[in-house]
Amino acid sequence: MRGWFLPLAVAFGFIFLYAPIISLVVFSFNESRLVTVWGGFSTRWYGELLRDRQILGAAWISLKVAFWSATLATIIGTLGAFVLTRFSKFTGRLLLTGMITAPLVMPEVITGLSLLLLFVSMELTLGWPAGRGLTTIIIAHTTFCAAFVAVIAQSRLRQMDESLEEAARDLGAGPVRVFFDVTLPVIMPALVAGWLLAFTLSLDDLVIASFVSGPGASTLPMVIFSKVRLGVSPDVNALATIIIGIVLVAVLIAGWLMHRSMRKL
Amino acid sequence: MSDAAMIDAKQPAIAAETKPWRAKGTRPFISVKNIVKRFGDFTAVSNVDLDIYKGELFCLLGESGCGKSTLLRMLAGFEQPTSGTITIDGEDMARVPPDRRPTNMMFQSYALFPHMTVEKNVAYGLLREGLSRSAAYERAGEMLRMVKLEKQARRKPDQLSGGQRQRVALARALVKKPKLLLLDEPLGALDKKLREETQFELIKIQETLGVTFIVVTHDQDEAMTLATRIGVMKDGIIEQIGEPREIYETPNSRFVADFIGSVNLVEGKIDAVAPDLMRIETNELGPVLLPPQPGYTRGQQVWGAVRPERWALTRAKPETNPNTWQGVVEELGYIGHMSHYRIRLENGVLIRASQSNRLRDEDPISWDEKVWISVQPTAFRVLTR
Repeated sequence: MRGWFLPLAVAFGFIFLYAPIISLVVFSFNESRLVTVWGGFSTRWYGELLRDRQILGAAWISLKVAFWSATLATIIGTLGAFVLTRFSKFTGRLLLTGMITAPLVMPEVITGLSLLLLFVSMELTLGWPAGRGLTTIIIAHTTFCAAFVAVIAQSRLRQMDESLEEAARDLGAGPVRVFFDVTLPVIMPALVAGWLLAFTLSLDDLVIASFVSGPGASTLPMVIFSKVRLGVSPDVNALATIIIGIVLVAVLIAGWLMHRSMRKL
Repeated sequence: MSDAAMIDAKQPAIAAETKPWRAKGTRPFISVKNIVKRFGDFTAVSNVDLDIYKGELFCLLGESGCGKSTLLRMLAGFEQPTSGTITIDGEDMARVPPDRRPTNMMFQSYALFPHMTVEKNVAYGLLREGLSRSAAYERAGEMLRMVKLEKQARRKPDQLSGGQRQRVALARALVKKPKLLLLDEPLGALDKKLREETQFELIKIQETLGVTFIVVTHDQDEAMTLATRIGVMKDGIIEQIGEPREIYETPNSRFVADFIGSVNLVEGKIDAVAPDLMRIETNELGPVLLPPQPGYTRGQQVWGAVRPERWALTRAKPETNPNTWQGVVEELGYIGHMSHYRIRLENGVLIRASQSNRLRDEDPISWDEKVWISVQPTAFRVLTR
């Protein structure tokens, strides 16, 4: 039984996970306009895609959102992680450590809804943000991405030999210098990994973005979703294939960096 | 080779004979007064007083958790004392942060910055001092020559061997010419052979630079080899401070006697005090005769300590020595330069004795032999606690 059971189980599992993706990639090279009928190999839909203003615009918005929210999330998440690991015990530390991971498990619908309510009431009372659009999506994505970065940075900071920081202190560096000269370079690979992860998370998000976006600020997942509701068109397959490619590369680099930084310590 | 010659050529800044702690009234260089450190309910260091003199190589010796590292970290400024004062060269350290103290530390893990080259690691402290890049790198280079690592200057720490990393850590800690160098288990990560070589190298460097060293170690051989004086710590208290020889020959407690080297301890009461003689009635050995010592009274509870190498083992009964017992060799460990014996006396007491093997063609006392063991009256150390 052992001889065939394990390989079969593994094969079944991987087919279950990847068959939809593979069929999507294969059909993105389909000549036919009908999504379910194979009409020969072609890159026609990729060309079509490049001429689609709406999709290119949405892709540009998505990239901007992903870049800025990943960057802001990395800064905020790193600072949060630093405070939680390095400062001596303060009241509420345990609570804060737990709370920082809460956005990871919070249903997106709730996150999206609560952010929408916040933005609306802020606009009414403070006048900012005026309307919803790029800014509100970036803020919303920063919020949940920061939690991911904080978790990654925290685990790296815990592993780091604290005497490195003490040694820099001992050699005459003030606390701020120590952070930039020693702590930051040492945890940098983990931060880059965190940034990449935040980038892909932001790129993927549909639910939260739908809640907090406004007219003229549709991200790529939002455009795809609205297109698909009118019927699946083959150029969406091509677009999805490209996104899978980007995400795959980012996740691989992030994984490699994390692995390397753990090994080097 | 030329580096070693350079070190040799320089006159050691501190002559080996100088022992400022023996002279009354010498001003200590580092003064720790009644220092206490508590972590919550746990008292890591309790009421320690310690004076250390310029140019000393002082060892804090104790098992892990005895508070020696905490004391070192308070000197470096990484821990704030709960109460008490630390003075270095006349300056109170209470409000001085670690980056402004005239001390440097060599960490047990070496704590080399993994993202910097060897050269950058060593120059880092000088750059923080405000030295120009060229001057800093020049001095770092000199320091690396002294520890014989000039060829590895451009390498990263993970490309070095353990011994090389240890030398980089030492160079980095010394390059700023601190008034006081703190070393936390500096040789702990090296293997035995390398450790013994490095011990003497460390002493040589210390004497050449004239920097005061405080070394924390749990290794008594290391402490005995390195130190001008040793402070033996236990449960946050310094049990005894003294030169290696004092610590070994005149321990002040059963703990110190047992902790440094090995020892036979017997318990008893002072039986007779005469002008020329003192007698202890011991539980293990019966009456033991000692030269008279001041400060003891009849009936006082005491302990006697004898080092294993102080016993004489003979097949014939010694004629003149009154402190003589008979027993049987129960265990024998031959380790080359010495043999360790465990001898069972007639009353069942086990005595540890060791003999140095000075001749190649001796007929050694062996297992199950009946032997006489004797000890000179002066070899007994009387302890009251």
